[in-house]
Amino acid sequence: MTGTALTAARQGLISCGACGLLARAAAPAEAGFCPRCGARLHRRHPDSIQQSWALGVAAAVCFIPANVLPVMVTDALGSSTPDTILGGVAFLYSSGSWPLALIVLVASFMIPLGKLLSMGWLLIAIRRGIRGGERQRMRLHRIVRAVGPWSMLDVFVATFTVALVQLDPLMSVEPGLGVLFFAAVVVLTMLAAESLDPRLLWDRDEIEPRHD
Amino acid sequence: MARMHQTADIIACPGCDLLQRLPPVPLGARARCPRCGEILAAPPMDPIERPLALAVAAAITFGVAQATPLMSLSAVGRSAQTTIIGGALEMWSQGQPITAALVLICTTLAPGAYLTLVCTLLLAVRRPPAPSWAGALLRLAGHARAWSLPEVMLLGILVALVKIADLASVDPGVGLFATGALLALLAGLATSFDPRTIWDRVAWPTQDTPRGPGASLAEHAGGTAAR
Ligand SMILES: [Zn+2]
Ligand SMILES: [Zn+2]
Repeated sequence: MTGTALTAARQGLISCGACGLLARAAAPAEAGFCPRCGARLHRRHPDSIQQSWALGVAAAVCFIPANVLPVMVTDALGSSTPDTILGGVAFLYSSGSWPLALIVLVASFMIPLGKLLSMGWLLIAIRRGIRGGERQRMRLHRIVRAVGPWSMLDVFVATFTVALVQLDPLMSVEPGLGVLFFAAVVVLTMLAAESLDPRLLWDRDEIEPRHD
Repeated sequence: MARMHQTADIIACPGCDLLQRLPPVPLGARARCPRCGEILAAPPMDPIERPLALAVAAAITFGVAQATPLMSLSAVGRSAQTTIIGGALEMWSQGQPITAALVLICTTLAPGAYLTLVCTLLLAVRRPPAPSWAGALLRLAGHARAWSLPEVMLLGILVALVKIADLASVDPGVGLFATGALLALLAGLATSFDPRTIWDRVAWPTQDTPRGPGASLAEHAGGTAAR
């Protein structure tokens, strides 16, 4: 079915990435600009796969310090306690609010990890030209883009805990370096998912493989 | 049931590039790509007035949520309170300027820009023909929406409240309830505001000068792609 699909690319047509208008490429080498909105036309996002790999690898690298370094440091009466993301989950669980512990575990640990693995799988499937299961991979790409923002949860937890708990000298909470790496993981995975053009999941031979 | 939305006849699916003739879609219904399942059209019943009312209400609620305290904390005779911007400023002063900027973008700048752009846009396209600059606003609104995360922020605040409640007594403020109301209005806006319907109203010149050196304008292909 996918081998014979009539796509815009096969007809020398391009749908505008900004407004969706179907336009004819100005020339084979130069796609030109959208007549309706003026955006530059691309058959596929330029350098989609390379950008997506680079952002995904950078996110995977940041994921390690994000989990090892503390996101918050609590100073109470002279002693300071560092608090990592998984430490925060354990704290919520032991203080009896296991539903919140589960939410934070899913949003802060499982979603970023799942996103990194999913992006890797999608990019490998495109590189290898794996046939069959395109709909499932398309669904995976949609899920990755939809749940991405929820991993920002722990950044907000840290921000509002720090903003509120400033009761010197009794108790104060400071942000740790982990929160910066964690924010980087979230932003980089969101950008990686955004730069992966979903049409590449379906492309077979209509686009010259090395020219994008 | 009888009212239909007619749009450019032939389109390429943004998800998989499949060329297809889009049939007239009944208002309130959705058309999906048969190959990849991407939503191709979802014309709302009332494309302008209803989202405009929701966007104006959301903008007012957003102002209240920004200006009033989210929550206050008291312990052994000391009390503290914070607003949304106050949270970002505290991160900044604690040596985390990048995280502070990200929080400010996702909670204040992007939602504020999104609501401003949507209100302006809907007022501009109320009477056809829509001005050509409406397209630029529509594109900006899409970016602003992608980075506005008030729902994630609200959940983050609730988790922070539970964590702190062990140490001190915490009272929710007006800002917290306003944020809750804002989420409901934004959810309504998301279902009634359809960028595709607005694009169909944007006027565009059929003859235009090329915009870049060596590049000629692509030709609209909606009517010529039929086999
Ligand atoms: Zn366009
Ligand atoms: Zn499709």
